[in-house]
Amino acid sequence: MTTTLNSSDMAARLKAQFGSGVTPTADYLEVTPALLPGVAEYLKNTPELDFDFLDMVTAADYGDRFELIYRLLSLKNNLLVSLKVRCDRSRPSVPSLAGLWYGATNQEREIYDLLGIEFSGHPDLRRIVLWEGYQGHPLRKDFKDKVYGAGD
Amino acid sequence: MALATEQFILNLGPVHPSTHGVFRMRVTLDGEIIQDVDPIFGYLHRGVEKLFEQRTYKQNIPLSDRLDYVSAINNNWPYVMAVEQLAGIQVPQRAEYLRVIMGELQRIASHLLAVGSVMNDMGVFFTAFMYMFREREKIIDLLEMVTGQRLLYNYMRFGGVSQDIPTEFLPALTKFLKTMPGYLDEYDRMLAGNEILLARTKGIGVLKPQSAVNSSTSGPVLRGSGIKWDIRKAAPYSVYDRFEFDIPTGENGDCYDRYRVRMEEMRQSLRIIKQAMEQMPAGKEKTPTPLRLRPPAGETYAQIESPRGMLGCYLVSDGTEKPYRCHFRAPAFINLTVLRELLIGQKLADAIIIFGSIDLSMGEVDR
Repeated sequence: MTTTLNSSDMAARLKAQFGSGVTPTADYLEVTPALLPGVAEYLKNTPELDFDFLDMVTAADYGDRFELIYRLLSLKNNLLVSLKVRCDRSRPSVPSLAGLWYGATNQEREIYDLLGIEFSGHPDLRRIVLWEGYQGHPLRKDFKDKVYGAGD
Repeated sequence: MALATEQFILNLGPVHPSTHGVFRMRVTLDGEIIQDVDPIFGYLHRGVEKLFEQRTYKQNIPLSDRLDYVSAINNNWPYVMAVEQLAGIQVPQRAEYLRVIMGELQRIASHLLAVGSVMNDMGVFFTAFMYMFREREKIIDLLEMVTGQRLLYNYMRFGGVSQDIPTEFLPALTKFLKTMPGYLDEYDRMLAGNEILLARTKGIGVLKPQSAVNSSTSGPVLRGSGIKWDIRKAAPYSVYDRFEFDIPTGENGDCYDRYRVRMEEMRQSLRIIKQAMEQMPAGKEKTPTPLRLRPPAGETYAQIESPRGMLGCYLVSDGTEKPYRCHFRAPAFINLTVLRELLIGQKLADAIIIFGSIDLSMGEVDR
């Protein structure tokens, strides 16, 4: 069974390294956007953690902020840690993790396409499922389609 | 005198018999060697995740069928599991076993289609495909017996499954379990030493274990590269911890290994179904749930091993009758991340087989 690393234990470990930008919540380890690449690299390259697999990246719109969820797995040690990154809704930008886990490339493109969050340092940040020139980001809560309205 | 050459750009798809849906690859060629690939997604994008936010929890179950229409039952599963986790709904034991039996039958049907259609791409034109469809038909008859449907079953419900099995189902399933290993042996006799198959798949599209992991691939693509990772073992859901089965893996990570892994997985699925049939207790098939279900506010993640890999559902509830956010981790979409790496340097004719060996259904990729 996958062991979910207790977020408060992990936070205590990471706090020494990264300071106060890492906060544990019940299920997540909250990380500020600026610290994300450092924390991710630490989780990936620390031998006894060895988070070599980026399971999933997704995001949700909460009206005043975006929340990104990263699920990291260690296939060798069968460990799981979930990161949560909150980012400002006015100019949403988060560092890309595509350099660490190539598996992030398409998923980050999808988030960029549907929610309009920029991933700085992404090698190829284009729309993926919608076409070039499409206006707006459908998964944002204030999205209105020209033809169908909000759809509900 | 040297010939003047230049690169040639070719569009494969979006409508091409071997794209298994509508998918376009913009390929840059030097002769017949692929220099660069730009995979173009989105021809089947229906905005499923947005649609989920506009319907009640229960209305969304049939929508989840339509994500990966080749394994609809497996697509219901993470969604109902996520809702059950949020709302704290208990699933009766019998329902868990019914889910496993139906899910594994669906896995065999899906793998048969995957292997058959890759054989088609290879130029074993429709012979192998029709053999595979002979058995797929029998599985679909079994699923129809239970659900009344033949492609999109809409079978799972919160707290169980839509209906219990009819009396004639278990005898029919027993007969299927008896005959199917013989048919799998027949495929092996026909295919395992087949010269076309060996020549076209051995050493083609090699995916190194390291890049399989780094690119977040899962399912037979990851296991074909020799990584022993299967959610049914690594994080057992439902009642999978009660069955004995092996995780087949490949050695070289080429198209042949991915094909072998799928063939072997079908045998393992049969093992699981047999044990599930024997262990299945009597009882109710469903816990009654309110029609307008309102799970308490919160978020959760549920994952299963679908025929294509790790299929997950990230669900956020705000306490109303509609999901606030629902995201599917579509295994085929993420497996396609490695496509570019697999194709560069290969011959154009092999591109079709490598693409087919990833095994995808575009409904799930584009969502």
